[in-house]
Amino acid sequence: MSSLVLNTATGLGLAGLYFLLASGLSLIFGLMSVLNLAHGAFFAVGGYSAWIVMDRLDGVPLGLRFVIAVAVAALSGAVVGVVVERGLIKKLYGLHVEQILLTIGLGTAMVALLGGWFSYDPRLMNQPAWFGQTTSFLGANIPNNRLLVLVVAVVALVVLLSFLKRTRHGLVIRAGVENPGMVRALGVDVDRSFTIVFAIGGMLAGMGGALATVYFNGISPGLGTTQLIFAFIVVVIGGLGSVSGTAIAAILVALTQVYVNQYVGTGLGSISVVVLLAAVLLIRPQGLLGRQVL
Amino acid sequence: MRRLALGLTLVVLGCAPFLGFGIPFVFSSEVSSPGSLQVLAIALVYAGFAISYDIIFGFTGLLSFGHALPIALGAYGTNLFMIHLGVAYPFAVVLSLVATVAISTILGAIALRTTGVAFAMVTLAFAEAFAILILSDPLRIFGGEEGLPLVSSLVPDFFRGVVNTRNLYWFSLVFLALTYVVARRVVNSRAGRVWEAIRENEARVHMVGLEPFRFKLASFVIASALASLGGSIYILLVRGANTSIASATFTLALLVMVVLGGPGRLWGAALGGFVYAILNLRLSAVSTSDMIARLPDWIEGPVSEPLFVLGVLFVLMMLFAPGGIASITDRIRLRRQRSS
Repeated sequence: MSSLVLNTATGLGLAGLYFLLASGLSLIFGLMSVLNLAHGAFFAVGGYSAWIVMDRLDGVPLGLRFVIAVAVAALSGAVVGVVVERGLIKKLYGLHVEQILLTIGLGTAMVALLGGWFSYDPRLMNQPAWFGQTTSFLGANIPNNRLLVLVVAVVALVVLLSFLKRTRHGLVIRAGVENPGMVRALGVDVDRSFTIVFAIGGMLAGMGGALATVYFNGISPGLGTTQLIFAFIVVVIGGLGSVSGTAIAAILVALTQVYVNQYVGTGLGSISVVVLLAAVLLIRPQGLLGRQVL
Repeated sequence: MRRLALGLTLVVLGCAPFLGFGIPFVFSSEVSSPGSLQVLAIALVYAGFAISYDIIFGFTGLLSFGHALPIALGAYGTNLFMIHLGVAYPFAVVLSLVATVAISTILGAIALRTTGVAFAMVTLAFAEAFAILILSDPLRIFGGEEGLPLVSSLVPDFFRGVVNTRNLYWFSLVFLALTYVVARRVVNSRAGRVWEAIRENEARVHMVGLEPFRFKLASFVIASALASLGGSIYILLVRGANTSIASATFTLALLVMVVLGGPGRLWGAALGGFVYAILNLRLSAVSTSDMIARLPDWIEGPVSEPLFVLGVLFVLMMLFAPGGIASITDRIRLRRQRSS
């Protein structure tokens, strides 16, 4: 029983990371049909921003320093997102395949840039002592960093959903996901929404990177690239453009992965996720909550 | 005209093992040295990989993110058949080719139920599943992270040892020429015309009464077969099958090669693969030179990363020369026509 609780907590923590990475991907794809392959690099940028803050900001207590680190990571992710969208993606509006190719080159270059600056060796991060301790819950000792990731992801989900439901920008984005041509025909500036989703996506990925550094207890330039593949699977299973679908799929994928790894065989978890993807695509190609047929 | 150019290229490349001089910035030792020949041979095999990917991506317009899979199947398959079944190298190559064709027919039939970006993701997921399988290695046959080294006693004599690097080089050249000829024949065949029609407008192909699915699957399987052959040769060059050729990063590198060279024209793709390999393998040597060592640290670090330079080059290419290197000849031709 206690091992089941522990594994569930681990799985939900991982689901939180997947959600932070995949929700931005899903929104960007839903609105712009751009598959952002540089998203993993955004994730790594967030991780390294957080690492620098934790490493350099001596004198500030570790707990407060971590709050600052997450904020800086979110901000740097958002800035990178906006710069990439305004500076590069915008030049190729309407050319979806070219945009995807561009993000491939960009992701490669960004990861190599981080590798050139910080080297490819994993870096350990200074952490508040509380993160390394455990909390007793239903007879299981759950590492606090799992709980932290989960709480942040849930807060991000709630904030993101209310942004989409209750603000004007959110309304335009939701409408744009449904039918970008119609929104443009009504005289709405969809281009500004493009920049906003890239900023949001970058921000969430940046926060995810900071938290992944805690979850995996270290950071290396390729961290985001590994997670990106699972994030793609989450996005496809959830349904492109649907934030709630992404949240459900993140939990489904992460729990499948952790349970299979624990109870069936190590290393089989990731493969079972791929099988899950194939099954979903064959039975319901548009994903769990996706409306558009690919 | 094209035949003449290709024939000349083939002759020049075939003579490389006799060239007793170096090439500034690329090879410090003479071209005929085993070190340089090995780099060149890898570049030739990469060119073949790029041609095989061009059939799927450039000609049929399918954005596959899983082309590393047939390459890895060829590499690991050949080595597994040799080590575990004791089959001789040529037979192991054929067996792994047959296996790759069977596997990619099944996986292609599943993946082709989707189109566009979903197809890209499904192929990515299949390739990644294999990459994870060989990394985690539950059956204890793939060698895990270390990869599967070549057992030299199972390799034919004339490919063994540093002295015979030139034989390996010629073998790679033969593979590239064969890949080019096969690819040229299939893209010029009637099926090849349908591939290009599918790339341009799949709905219209459907409307004139042809079934796009079969043609797409044929393209996928033929390209996989050529990739598998390349994988079988690649293990001779790098002395084993390693996990990096199964990774998603390698698939994306193939995409970079083809787009760099010019998709939809075989020689463009081949050139892209060749240039990519040379840059990737030799850029780090160039960047340790004095010129770059004098730069400040924060520039020197990234500039000595081949992938940083390639990534930036690729982004610039997408923005300013979307047709790749091959499109440059078009521009020259266009300008000449205009001036006359």
